[in-house]
Amino acid sequence: MNPEILFFFEVLLGGLLAGVMYSLVALGFVLIYKASSVFNFAQGAMVFFAVLSFVGFMELGLPFFLALLVTVGLMVLVGMATERFVLRPLVNQHEDTLLMATIGLAFVLEGLAQLVWGVEVRRLDLGIPDVPIMWIADATGIFVSALDLVAGLVAAVMVAVLAIVFSRTKVGLGLRAVADGHGAAMSIGIPLSQVWVFVWATAGIVALVAGMLWGARAGVQFALVGLALKALPVLIIGGFTSVPGVIVAGLIVGASEKLAEVYIGPYFGGGIEGWAPYMLAVLFLMFRPEGLFGERIIRRV
Amino acid sequence: MTMTATRTAEAAAGPAAQPILSVRNIEAIYDNVILVLRGVSLEVPEGSIVALLGGNGAGKSTTLKSISTMITAERGRVSKGSIHFRGERTDQLTPGALVGMGMVQVMEGRMCFGHLTVEENLVAGAYTRKLSKAQIRDELERVYAYFPRLKERRTSQAGYTSGGEQQMTAIGRAMMAKPRMLLLDEPSMGLAPQIVAEIFEIVRDLNEKEGVSILLAEQNTAVALKYANYGYILESGRIMMDGPAADLAANKDVREFYLGMSSDGRDSFRNRKSYRRKKRWI
Repeated sequence: MNPEILFFFEVLLGGLLAGVMYSLVALGFVLIYKASSVFNFAQGAMVFFAVLSFVGFMELGLPFFLALLVTVGLMVLVGMATERFVLRPLVNQHEDTLLMATIGLAFVLEGLAQLVWGVEVRRLDLGIPDVPIMWIADATGIFVSALDLVAGLVAAVMVAVLAIVFSRTKVGLGLRAVADGHGAAMSIGIPLSQVWVFVWATAGIVALVAGMLWGARAGVQFALVGLALKALPVLIIGGFTSVPGVIVAGLIVGASEKLAEVYIGPYFGGGIEGWAPYMLAVLFLMFRPEGLFGERIIRRV
Repeated sequence: MTMTATRTAEAAAGPAAQPILSVRNIEAIYDNVILVLRGVSLEVPEGSIVALLGGNGAGKSTTLKSISTMITAERGRVSKGSIHFRGERTDQLTPGALVGMGMVQVMEGRMCFGHLTVEENLVAGAYTRKLSKAQIRDELERVYAYFPRLKERRTSQAGYTSGGEQQMTAIGRAMMAKPRMLLLDEPSMGLAPQIVAEIFEIVRDLNEKEGVSILLAEQNTAVALKYANYGYILESGRIMMDGPAADLAANKDVREFYLGMSSDGRDSFRNRKSYRRKKRWI
Protein backbone atom coordinates (compact mmCIF):
# COMPACT_ATOMS: atom_id res chain seq x y z
CA MET A 1 0.00 0.00 0.00
CA ASN A 2 0.99 3.55 -0.59
CA PRO A 3 3.06 4.69 2.42
CA GLU A 4 1.30 8.10 2.39
CA ILE A 5 -2.07 6.48 2.87
CA LEU A 6 -0.65 4.07 5.42
CA PHE A 7 0.72 6.99 7.35
CA PHE A 8 -2.66 8.72 7.20
CA PHE A 9 -4.35 5.65 8.68
CA GLU A 10 -1.71 5.36 11.34
CA VAL A 11 -2.26 8.95 12.41
CA LEU A 12 -6.04 8.50 12.27
CA LEU A 13 -5.95 5.32 14.34
CA GLY A 14 -3.61 6.84 16.89
CA GLY A 15 -5.96 9.80 17.11
CA LEU A 16 -9.05 7.66 17.48
CA LEU A 17 -7.47 5.61 20.25
CA ALA A 18 -6.37 8.74 22.08
CA GLY A 19 -9.88 10.01 21.52
CA VAL A 20 -11.43 7.06 23.34
CA MET A 21 -9.36 7.99 26.35
CA TYR A 22 -10.68 11.56 26.16
CA SER A 23 -14.16 10.06 26.04
CA LEU A 24 -13.41 8.20 29.22
CA VAL A 25 -12.52 11.38 31.09
CA ALA A 26 -15.50 13.21 29.61
CA LEU A 27 -17.76 10.33 30.63
CA GLY A 28 -17.21 11.15 34.29
CA PHE A 29 -18.51 14.67 33.65
CA VAL A 30 -21.55 13.43 31.76
CA LEU A 31 -22.51 11.00 34.52
CA ILE A 32 -22.60 13.70 37.13
CA TYR A 33 -24.06 16.34 34.86
CA LYS A 34 -26.93 14.04 33.98
CA ALA A 35 -27.79 13.24 37.55
CA SER A 36 -27.37 16.61 39.17
CA SER A 37 -27.15 19.18 36.35
CA VAL A 38 -23.84 20.30 37.71
CA PHE A 39 -20.56 20.63 35.90
CA ASN A 40 -18.26 18.70 38.18
CA PHE A 41 -15.14 20.79 38.41
CA ALA A 42 -13.57 18.13 40.55
CA GLN A 43 -13.53 15.43 37.86
CA GLY A 44 -9.86 16.09 37.01
CA ALA A 45 -9.02 16.06 40.69
CA MET A 46 -10.86 12.76 41.05
CA VAL A 47 -8.76 11.26 38.25
CA PHE A 48 -5.61 12.39 40.02
CA PHE A 49 -6.83 11.36 43.46
CA ALA A 50 -7.89 7.93 42.26
CA VAL A 51 -4.79 6.94 40.37
CA LEU A 52 -2.41 8.43 42.94
CA SER A 53 -4.12 6.40 45.63
CA PHE A 54 -3.89 3.31 43.45
CA VAL A 55 -0.17 3.77 42.93
CA GLY A 56 0.19 4.55 46.61
CA PHE A 57 -1.45 1.27 47.60
CA MET A 58 0.79 -0.59 45.15
CA GLU A 59 3.83 1.01 46.76
CA LEU A 60 2.60 -0.16 50.14
CA GLY A 61 3.02 -3.65 48.75
CA LEU A 62 -0.53 -4.55 47.78
CA PRO A 63 -0.80 -6.75 44.72
CA PHE A 64 -2.31 -5.19 41.59
CA PHE A 65 -5.87 -6.47 41.93
CA LEU A 66 -6.09 -5.90 45.66
CA ALA A 67 -4.87 -2.34 45.16
CA LEU A 68 -7.46 -1.89 42.43
CA LEU A 69 -10.20 -3.22 44.69
CA VAL A 70 -9.16 -1.03 47.60
CA THR A 71 -9.08 2.04 45.37
CA VAL A 72 -12.52 1.27 43.95
CA GLY A 73 -13.75 1.03 47.53
CA LEU A 74 -12.07 4.33 48.31
CA MET A 75 -13.78 6.02 45.36
CA VAL A 76 -17.14 4.68 46.55
CA LEU A 77 -16.37 6.20 49.95
CA VAL A 78 -15.48 9.50 48.28
CA GLY A 79 -18.82 9.35 46.46
CA MET A 80 -20.68 8.74 49.71
CA ALA A 81 -18.83 11.51 51.50
CA THR A 82 -19.52 13.92 48.64
CA GLU A 83 -23.22 13.12 48.81
CA ARG A 84 -23.34 13.49 52.58
CA PHE A 85 -21.28 16.64 53.03
CA VAL A 86 -21.60 18.51 49.73
CA LEU A 87 -24.77 17.54 47.88
CA ARG A 88 -27.23 16.85 50.67
CA PRO A 89 -26.87 20.22 52.37
CA LEU A 90 -27.25 21.89 48.97
CA VAL A 91 -30.32 20.04 47.75
CA ASN A 92 -32.67 22.23 45.72
CA GLN A 93 -30.08 25.01 45.59
CA HIS A 94 -29.16 26.80 42.41
CA GLU A 95 -26.86 24.96 40.00
CA ASP A 96 -24.21 27.68 40.33
CA THR A 97 -24.00 26.96 44.03
CA LEU A 98 -23.29 23.31 43.27
CA LEU A 99 -20.68 24.28 40.68
CA MET A 100 -18.85 26.36 43.28
CA ALA A 101 -19.07 23.46 45.70
CA THR A 102 -17.37 21.15 43.18
CA ILE A 103 -14.54 23.67 42.78
CA GLY A 104 -14.05 23.43 46.52
CA LEU A 105 -14.19 19.67 46.30
CA ALA A 106 -11.48 19.73 43.63
CA PHE A 107 -9.11 21.56 45.98
CA VAL A 108 -9.90 19.21 48.84
CA LEU A 109 -9.22 16.11 46.73
CA GLU A 110 -6.02 17.48 45.18
CA GLY A 111 -4.74 18.57 48.55
CA LEU A 112 -5.71 15.36 50.31
CA ALA A 113 -4.10 13.17 47.67
CA GLN A 114 -0.80 15.04 47.84
CA LEU A 115 -0.89 15.26 51.62
CA VAL A 116 -1.20 11.50 51.95
CA TRP A 117 0.86 10.25 49.05
CA GLY A 118 3.36 13.04 48.41
CA VAL A 119 3.96 15.21 45.40
CA GLU A 120 6.60 13.39 43.37
CA VAL A 121 5.81 11.97 39.94
CA ARG A 122 5.16 8.21 40.08
CA ARG A 123 5.56 5.62 37.42
CA LEU A 124 2.67 3.28 36.81
CA ASP A 125 3.38 -0.01 35.06
CA LEU A 126 0.27 -1.83 33.99
CA GLY A 127 2.32 -4.55 32.36
CA ILE A 128 1.18 -3.46 28.94
CA PRO A 129 4.07 -2.18 26.85
CA ASP A 130 3.65 1.15 25.08
CA VAL A 131 5.20 -0.26 21.90
CA PRO A 132 3.71 -1.16 18.51
CA ILE A 133 2.13 -4.58 18.20
CA MET A 134 4.33 -6.39 15.74
CA TRP A 135 1.82 -8.77 14.16
CA ILE A 136 -0.45 -5.87 13.22
CA ALA A 137 2.51 -3.94 11.91
CA ASP A 138 3.63 -6.95 9.88
CA ALA A 139 0.19 -7.64 8.49
CA THR A 140 -0.93 -4.13 7.62
CA GLY A 141 2.08 -1.90 7.93
CA ILE A 142 0.33 0.23 10.54
CA PHE A 143 2.00 0.78 13.89
CA VAL A 144 -0.42 0.63 16.83
CA SER A 145 0.70 0.78 20.43
CA ALA A 146 -0.50 -2.10 22.58
CA LEU A 147 -1.31 0.33 25.39
CA ASP A 148 -3.42 2.45 23.06
CA LEU A 149 -5.32 -0.57 21.90
CA VAL A 150 -6.02 -1.87 25.41
CA ALA A 151 -6.99 1.61 26.56
CA GLY A 152 -9.36 1.94 23.65
CA LEU A 153 -10.97 -1.42 24.37
CA VAL A 154 -11.37 -0.77 28.08
CA ALA A 155 -12.89 2.63 27.40
CA ALA A 156 -15.24 1.23 24.79
CA VAL A 157 -16.51 -1.45 27.17
CA MET A 158 -17.08 1.02 30.00
CA VAL A 159 -18.90 3.42 27.73
CA ALA A 160 -21.13 0.66 26.38
CA VAL A 161 -21.99 -0.61 29.87
CA LEU A 162 -22.87 2.87 31.08
CA ALA A 163 -24.97 3.63 28.01
CA ILE A 164 -27.03 0.52 28.73
CA VAL A 165 -27.34 1.37 32.41
CA PHE A 166 -28.67 4.82 31.53
CA SER A 167 -31.24 3.82 29.00
CA ARG A 168 -32.39 0.38 30.11
CA THR A 169 -32.21 0.06 33.87
CA LYS A 170 -34.30 1.33 36.72
CA VAL A 171 -31.45 3.18 38.33
CA GLY A 172 -30.76 4.82 34.96
CA LEU A 173 -34.34 6.04 34.76
CA GLY A 174 -34.12 7.32 38.31
CA LEU A 175 -30.94 9.11 37.42
CA ARG A 176 -32.45 10.85 34.41
CA ALA A 177 -35.49 11.78 36.46
CA VAL A 178 -33.34 13.29 39.18
CA ALA A 179 -31.46 15.26 36.53
CA ASP A 180 -34.72 16.83 35.36
CA GLY A 181 -35.87 17.95 38.77
CA HIS A 182 -34.76 17.18 42.30
CA GLY A 183 -38.08 18.20 43.81
CA ALA A 184 -40.25 16.20 41.45
CA ALA A 185 -38.02 13.16 41.83
CA MET A 186 -38.22 13.38 45.62
CA SER A 187 -41.99 13.77 45.51
CA ILE A 188 -42.44 10.39 43.85
CA GLY A 189 -40.07 8.75 46.27
CA ILE A 190 -36.89 8.41 44.20
CA PRO A 191 -34.14 8.35 46.84
CA LEU A 192 -31.90 11.23 45.79
CA SER A 193 -29.07 10.25 48.07
CA GLN A 194 -28.89 6.71 46.69
CA VAL A 195 -28.88 7.96 43.11
CA TRP A 196 -26.17 10.47 43.90
CA VAL A 197 -23.97 8.02 45.72
CA PHE A 198 -24.33 5.66 42.76
CA VAL A 199 -23.42 8.38 40.29
CA TRP A 200 -20.50 9.82 42.18
CA ALA A 201 -19.09 6.42 42.95
CA THR A 202 -19.40 5.43 39.29
CA ALA A 203 -17.78 8.69 38.21
CA GLY A 204 -15.01 7.95 40.69
CA ILE A 205 -14.43 4.50 39.21
CA VAL A 206 -14.44 5.93 35.69
CA ALA A 207 -11.92 8.50 36.92
CA LEU A 208 -9.76 5.70 38.31
CA VAL A 209 -9.74 3.82 35.00
CA ALA A 210 -9.01 7.00 33.04
CA GLY A 211 -6.26 7.89 35.49
CA MET A 212 -4.66 4.46 35.23
CA LEU A 213 -4.63 4.54 31.44
CA TRP A 214 -3.28 8.07 31.24
CA GLY A 215 -0.95 7.56 34.17
CA ALA A 216 0.61 4.53 32.52
CA ARG A 217 1.50 6.72 29.58
CA ALA A 218 2.37 10.07 31.06
CA GLY A 219 3.27 9.20 34.65
CA VAL A 220 1.12 9.73 37.70
CA GLN A 221 1.45 13.40 38.44
CA PHE A 222 -0.44 16.56 39.18
CA ALA A 223 -0.68 17.35 35.46
CA LEU A 224 -3.43 14.72 35.27
CA VAL A 225 -5.77 17.28 36.77
CA GLY A 226 -5.36 19.21 33.54
CA LEU A 227 -6.79 16.23 31.68
CA ALA A 228 -10.17 17.58 32.63
CA LEU A 229 -9.48 20.45 30.25
CA LYS A 230 -9.06 18.01 27.40
CA ALA A 231 -12.52 16.71 28.17
CA LEU A 232 -14.06 20.15 27.72
CA PRO A 233 -14.10 20.28 23.91
CA VAL A 234 -15.32 16.68 23.94
CA LEU A 235 -18.23 17.68 26.16
CA ILE A 236 -19.10 20.72 24.10
CA ILE A 237 -19.03 18.81 20.84
CA GLY A 238 -20.83 15.75 22.12
CA GLY A 239 -23.29 17.46 24.40
CA PHE A 240 -23.14 17.47 28.19
CA THR A 241 -25.90 14.95 28.64
CA SER A 242 -25.18 12.29 26.08
CA VAL A 243 -23.16 9.14 26.60
CA PRO A 244 -23.03 8.25 22.88
CA GLY A 245 -22.26 11.90 22.14
CA VAL A 246 -19.21 11.76 24.33
CA ILE A 247 -17.89 8.70 22.50
CA VAL A 248 -18.33 10.20 19.06
CA ALA A 249 -16.97 13.55 20.15
CA GLY A 250 -13.99 11.93 21.81
CA LEU A 251 -13.17 10.17 18.55
CA ILE A 252 -13.64 13.40 16.61
CA VAL A 253 -11.41 15.34 18.96
CA GLY A 254 -8.74 12.65 19.05
CA ALA A 255 -8.66 12.13 15.31
CA SER A 256 -8.90 15.78 14.35
CA GLU A 257 -6.17 16.95 16.69
CA LYS A 258 -3.70 14.37 15.42
CA LEU A 259 -4.61 14.92 11.78
CA ALA A 260 -4.52 18.68 12.22
CA GLU A 261 -1.12 18.42 13.83
CA VAL A 262 0.31 16.35 11.01
CA TYR A 263 -1.33 17.98 8.00
CA ILE A 264 -2.13 21.56 9.00
CA GLY A 265 0.39 21.97 11.79
CA PRO A 266 3.43 22.62 9.56
CA TYR A 267 1.79 25.77 8.18
CA PHE A 268 1.55 27.23 11.67
CA GLY A 269 4.92 25.98 12.80
CA GLY A 270 3.43 22.94 14.56
CA GLY A 271 2.06 22.45 18.05
CA ILE A 272 -1.55 23.00 17.07
CA GLU A 273 -2.61 19.71 18.64
CA GLY A 274 -3.12 21.54 21.91
CA TRP A 275 -5.63 24.04 20.66
CA ALA A 276 -7.21 22.60 17.51
CA PRO A 277 -10.00 20.83 19.49
CA TYR A 278 -10.91 24.08 21.19
CA MET A 279 -11.32 25.79 17.82
CA LEU A 280 -13.67 23.00 16.85
CA ALA A 281 -15.52 23.44 20.13
CA VAL A 282 -15.91 27.16 19.48
CA LEU A 283 -17.44 26.39 16.09
CA PHE A 284 -19.90 24.06 17.79
CA LEU A 285 -20.76 26.67 20.38
CA MET A 286 -21.56 29.07 17.56
CA PHE A 287 -23.66 26.79 15.42
CA ARG A 288 -24.87 23.93 17.60
CA PRO A 289 -24.55 24.84 21.25
CA GLU A 290 -26.31 21.72 22.54
CA GLY A 291 -23.65 19.55 20.87
CA LEU A 292 -24.10 16.61 18.53
CA PHE A 293 -26.34 14.53 20.75
CA GLY A 294 -27.10 16.85 23.62
CA GLU A 295 -30.60 17.41 24.88
CA ARG A 296 -32.10 20.60 23.65
CA ILE A 297 -32.98 22.88 26.48
CA ILE A 298 -36.75 22.77 26.61
CA ARG A 299 -38.29 26.13 27.32
CA ARG A 300 -41.99 26.64 27.08
CA VAL A 301 -43.71 29.89 27.81
CA MET B 1 -55.08 4.98 67.39
CA THR B 2 -56.19 1.77 65.81
CA MET B 3 -54.01 -0.37 63.62
CA THR B 4 -53.54 0.44 59.95
CA ALA B 5 -54.81 -2.94 58.84
CA THR B 6 -58.23 -2.48 60.40
CA ARG B 7 -58.53 0.95 58.84
CA THR B 8 -58.16 -0.39 55.31
CA ALA B 9 -60.99 -2.77 56.05
CA GLU B 10 -63.13 0.07 57.28
CA ALA B 11 -62.39 2.07 54.19
CA ALA B 12 -63.96 -0.56 52.00
CA ALA B 13 -67.12 -0.40 54.06
CA GLY B 14 -67.52 3.36 53.67
CA PRO B 15 -66.35 6.53 55.37
CA ALA B 16 -64.21 5.47 58.28
CA ALA B 17 -64.54 6.86 61.74
CA GLN B 18 -60.81 7.54 61.69
CA PRO B 19 -59.62 10.01 59.05
CA ILE B 20 -56.88 8.84 56.68
CA LEU B 21 -54.99 12.03 57.42
CA SER B 22 -55.13 14.21 60.46
CA VAL B 23 -53.08 17.31 60.97
CA ARG B 24 -53.05 18.72 64.47
CA ASN B 25 -52.06 22.24 65.24
CA ILE B 26 -48.89 22.33 63.15
CA GLU B 27 -46.47 25.19 62.82
CA ALA B 28 -44.12 25.29 59.84
CA ILE B 29 -41.03 27.40 59.76
CA TYR B 30 -38.52 28.12 56.97
CA ASP B 31 -34.85 28.83 57.65
CA ASN B 32 -35.70 28.83 61.37
CA VAL B 33 -37.08 32.36 61.08
CA ILE B 34 -40.02 32.55 58.71
CA LEU B 35 -43.08 31.17 60.44
CA VAL B 36 -45.56 30.32 57.69
CA LEU B 37 -48.11 28.12 59.42
CA ARG B 38 -49.37 29.15 62.84
CA GLY B 39 -51.35 26.22 64.11
CA VAL B 40 -53.13 24.51 61.23
CA SER B 41 -55.41 21.59 61.95
CA LEU B 42 -57.34 19.62 59.38
CA GLU B 43 -58.66 16.18 58.67
CA VAL B 44 -59.18 14.21 55.49
CA PRO B 45 -61.74 11.40 55.88
CA GLU B 46 -60.89 8.23 53.97
CA GLY B 47 -62.19 8.35 50.40
CA SER B 48 -63.06 12.04 50.37
CA ILE B 49 -61.92 15.10 48.45
CA VAL B 50 -60.91 17.98 50.69
CA ALA B 51 -60.05 21.42 49.38
CA LEU B 52 -57.59 23.80 50.97
CA LEU B 53 -58.44 27.33 49.83
CA GLY B 54 -56.91 30.72 50.23
CA GLY B 55 -55.06 33.49 48.47
CA ASN B 56 -51.39 33.85 47.61
CA GLY B 57 -49.09 33.26 50.52
CA ALA B 58 -51.85 31.94 52.75
CA GLY B 59 -49.84 28.77 53.39
CA LYS B 60 -51.63 26.24 51.19
CA SER B 61 -48.50 24.89 49.55
CA THR B 62 -46.61 24.91 52.82
CA THR B 63 -49.39 22.88 54.43
CA LEU B 64 -49.17 20.28 51.67
CA LYS B 65 -45.37 20.22 51.81
CA SER B 66 -45.49 19.83 55.58
CA ILE B 67 -47.75 16.83 55.16
CA SER B 68 -45.60 15.24 52.45
CA THR B 69 -42.42 16.33 54.30
CA MET B 70 -41.17 17.89 51.07
CA ILE B 71 -40.74 21.02 53.19
CA THR B 72 -37.43 19.65 54.45
CA ALA B 73 -35.98 20.04 50.96
CA GLU B 74 -36.66 23.77 51.14
CA ARG B 75 -34.94 24.35 54.46
CA GLY B 76 -38.21 24.26 56.27
CA ARG B 77 -39.56 22.05 59.02
CA VAL B 78 -42.65 21.34 61.04
CA SER B 79 -41.78 22.85 64.39
CA LYS B 80 -44.94 22.09 66.37
CA GLY B 81 -47.95 19.87 66.24
CA SER B 82 -48.34 16.43 64.73
CA ILE B 83 -49.38 14.76 61.49
CA HIS B 84 -50.86 11.28 61.38
CA PHE B 85 -51.33 9.36 58.15
CA ARG B 86 -53.18 6.03 58.28
CA GLY B 87 -52.78 6.05 62.02
CA GLU B 88 -49.03 6.55 62.06
CA ARG B 89 -47.18 9.67 62.96
CA THR B 90 -45.42 10.90 59.84
CA ASP B 91 -44.15 14.44 60.35
CA GLN B 92 -40.54 13.37 60.80
CA LEU B 93 -40.39 10.86 57.94
CA THR B 94 -38.97 11.37 54.43
CA PRO B 95 -40.99 11.89 51.23
CA GLY B 96 -39.79 8.48 50.03
CA ALA B 97 -41.14 6.76 53.14
CA LEU B 98 -44.49 8.48 52.70
CA VAL B 99 -44.71 7.39 49.07
CA GLY B 100 -44.15 3.87 50.37
CA MET B 101 -47.01 4.34 52.85
CA GLY B 102 -49.29 5.49 50.06
CA MET B 103 -49.14 9.27 49.99
CA VAL B 104 -47.88 11.12 46.93
CA GLN B 105 -47.72 14.84 46.38
CA VAL B 106 -48.21 16.35 42.93
CA MET B 107 -46.18 19.50 43.16
CA GLU B 108 -47.23 22.95 42.11
CA GLY B 109 -46.31 23.89 38.55
CA ARG B 110 -46.58 20.32 37.28
CA MET B 111 -42.89 19.45 37.47
CA CYS B 112 -42.75 16.74 34.85
CA PHE B 113 -39.42 15.30 33.90
CA GLY B 114 -39.16 17.36 30.71
CA HIS B 115 -36.54 15.31 28.93
CA LEU B 116 -38.21 11.98 29.64
CA THR B 117 -41.06 10.76 27.51
CA VAL B 118 -44.57 10.80 28.96
CA GLU B 119 -44.38 7.05 29.44
CA GLU B 120 -40.97 7.19 31.12
CA ASN B 121 -42.43 9.80 33.45
CA LEU B 122 -45.16 7.39 34.41
CA VAL B 123 -42.78 4.47 34.85
CA ALA B 124 -40.62 6.64 37.11
CA GLY B 125 -43.71 7.08 39.29
CA ALA B 126 -43.55 3.38 40.15
CA TYR B 127 -39.91 3.70 41.25
CA THR B 128 -40.57 2.77 44.86
CA ARG B 129 -42.55 -0.34 43.92
CA LYS B 130 -40.89 -3.58 43.03
CA LEU B 131 -42.69 -4.52 39.83
CA SER B 132 -41.90 -6.80 36.93
CA LYS B 133 -41.98 -5.52 33.35
CA ALA B 134 -45.42 -7.07 32.85
CA GLN B 135 -46.78 -5.54 36.05
CA ILE B 136 -45.51 -2.13 34.96
CA ARG B 137 -47.36 -2.60 31.66
CA ASP B 138 -50.57 -3.38 33.58
CA GLU B 139 -50.11 -0.34 35.78
CA LEU B 140 -49.51 1.84 32.72
CA GLU B 141 -52.73 0.59 31.16
CA ARG B 142 -54.58 1.28 34.41
CA VAL B 143 -53.37 4.90 34.37
CA TYR B 144 -53.91 5.33 30.63
CA ALA B 145 -57.53 4.30 31.15
CA TYR B 146 -58.03 7.50 33.16
CA PHE B 147 -55.85 9.62 30.88
CA PRO B 148 -56.47 8.49 27.30
CA ARG B 149 -54.70 11.62 26.11
CA LEU B 150 -51.47 10.49 27.70
CA LYS B 151 -51.61 7.23 25.82
CA GLU B 152 -51.65 9.16 22.56
CA ARG B 153 -48.66 11.21 23.68
CA ARG B 154 -46.76 8.38 25.36
CA THR B 155 -43.61 8.70 23.23
CA SER B 156 -43.45 12.51 23.28
CA GLN B 157 -40.94 14.26 25.48
CA ALA B 158 -42.99 15.55 28.39
CA GLY B 159 -41.39 18.99 28.12
CA TYR B 160 -42.97 19.47 24.72
CA THR B 161 -46.52 18.52 25.69
CA SER B 162 -49.21 21.06 26.58
CA GLY B 163 -49.75 22.40 30.08
CA GLY B 164 -52.83 20.23 30.56
CA GLU B 165 -50.99 17.13 29.40
CA GLN B 166 -48.13 17.92 31.75
CA GLN B 167 -50.54 18.21 34.65
CA MET B 168 -52.07 14.89 33.62
CA THR B 169 -48.60 13.35 33.38
CA ALA B 170 -47.80 14.58 36.88
CA ILE B 171 -51.03 13.16 38.33
CA GLY B 172 -50.71 9.93 36.34
CA ARG B 173 -47.12 9.58 37.53
CA ALA B 174 -48.30 9.92 41.12
CA MET B 175 -50.98 7.27 40.48
CA MET B 176 -48.28 4.82 39.37
CA ALA B 177 -47.17 4.62 42.99
CA LYS B 178 -50.66 3.24 43.79
CA PRO B 179 -51.29 5.84 46.46
CA ARG B 180 -54.07 5.80 49.07
CA MET B 181 -53.91 9.55 49.12
CA LEU B 182 -52.93 12.30 46.69
CA LEU B 183 -51.89 15.81 47.61
CA LEU B 184 -52.58 18.08 44.63
CA ASP B 185 -51.03 21.52 44.65
CA GLU B 186 -52.86 23.94 42.35
CA PRO B 187 -53.85 21.50 39.61
CA SER B 188 -55.64 24.35 37.79
CA MET B 189 -52.61 26.61 37.62
CA GLY B 190 -52.13 28.26 34.24
CA LEU B 191 -54.69 26.08 32.47
CA ALA B 192 -57.70 26.99 30.34
CA PRO B 193 -61.07 26.55 32.14
CA GLN B 194 -62.02 23.68 29.85
CA ILE B 195 -58.81 21.79 30.66
CA VAL B 196 -59.27 22.53 34.35
CA ALA B 197 -62.72 20.94 34.19
CA GLU B 198 -61.29 17.92 32.33
CA ILE B 199 -58.61 17.41 34.95
CA PHE B 200 -61.01 17.79 37.87
CA GLU B 201 -63.36 15.25 36.26
CA ILE B 202 -60.46 12.80 36.12
CA VAL B 203 -59.53 13.57 39.71
CA ARG B 204 -63.10 12.81 40.79
CA ASP B 205 -62.98 9.62 38.74
CA LEU B 206 -59.79 8.54 40.49
CA ASN B 207 -61.40 9.34 43.82
CA GLU B 208 -64.51 7.31 43.07
CA LYS B 209 -63.05 4.34 41.21
CA GLU B 210 -59.66 3.96 42.89
CA GLY B 211 -60.83 5.14 46.28
CA VAL B 212 -57.97 7.61 46.54
CA SER B 213 -58.44 10.27 49.18
CA ILE B 214 -57.53 13.72 47.90
CA LEU B 215 -56.34 16.88 49.55
CA LEU B 216 -56.05 19.69 47.06
CA ALA B 217 -54.79 23.23 47.42
CA GLU B 218 -56.53 25.64 45.07
CA GLN B 219 -56.89 29.31 44.38
CA ASN B 220 -59.71 28.55 42.00
CA THR B 221 -62.30 28.43 44.75
CA ALA B 222 -65.32 27.91 42.53
CA VAL B 223 -63.94 24.80 40.82
CA ALA B 224 -62.47 23.38 44.00
CA LEU B 225 -65.74 23.70 45.93
CA LYS B 226 -67.63 22.14 43.05
CA TYR B 227 -65.62 18.92 43.24
CA ALA B 228 -64.67 18.75 46.92
CA ASN B 229 -66.70 17.30 49.80
CA TYR B 230 -65.22 19.55 52.41
CA GLY B 231 -63.18 22.73 52.45
CA TYR B 232 -60.79 24.65 54.68
CA ILE B 233 -59.97 28.31 54.15
CA LEU B 234 -56.48 29.39 55.08
CA GLU B 235 -55.38 32.93 55.66
CA SER B 236 -51.96 34.02 56.90
CA GLY B 237 -51.13 30.54 58.06
CA ARG B 238 -54.31 29.93 60.03
CA ILE B 239 -57.53 28.12 59.21
CA MET B 240 -60.14 30.85 59.17
CA MET B 241 -63.15 28.77 58.31
CA ASP B 242 -64.08 25.23 57.39
CA GLY B 243 -67.16 23.31 56.45
CA PRO B 244 -68.81 21.07 53.88
CA ALA B 245 -68.12 22.35 50.37
CA ALA B 246 -71.76 23.20 49.71
CA ASP B 247 -72.00 25.26 52.91
CA LEU B 248 -68.83 27.15 52.08
CA ALA B 249 -70.02 27.85 48.56
CA ALA B 250 -73.21 29.32 50.01
CA ASN B 251 -71.49 31.28 52.75
CA LYS B 252 -71.85 35.03 52.37
CA ASP B 253 -68.25 35.87 53.24
CA VAL B 254 -66.79 33.16 51.05
CA ARG B 255 -68.94 34.34 48.16
CA GLU B 256 -67.77 37.86 48.67
CA PHE B 257 -64.07 37.30 49.29
CA TYR B 258 -63.30 34.21 47.26
CA LEU B 259 -65.94 33.93 44.60
CA GLY B 260 -66.33 37.63 43.79
CA MET B 261 -70.07 37.67 44.33
CA SER B 262 -72.44 39.52 46.59
CA SER B 263 -75.68 38.10 47.93
CA ASP B 264 -77.50 39.31 44.83
CA GLY B 265 -75.40 37.73 42.12
CA ARG B 266 -72.08 38.66 40.60
CA ASP B 267 -70.64 41.91 41.80
CA SER B 268 -68.22 44.37 40.28
CA PHE B 269 -64.80 44.60 41.88
CA ARG B 270 -65.21 48.38 41.79
CA ASN B 271 -67.82 48.24 44.53
CA ARG B 272 -65.58 46.41 46.93
CA LYS B 273 -63.46 48.31 49.37
CA SER B 274 -60.21 46.56 50.13
CA TYR B 275 -60.16 47.48 53.82
CA ARG B 276 -63.39 45.64 54.43
CA ARG B 277 -61.49 42.44 54.09
CA LYS B 278 -59.41 43.20 57.16
CA LYS B 279 -62.39 44.39 59.15
CA ARG B 280 -64.24 41.21 58.51
CA TRP B 281 -61.62 38.64 59.30
CA ILE B 282 -59.67 40.02 62.18
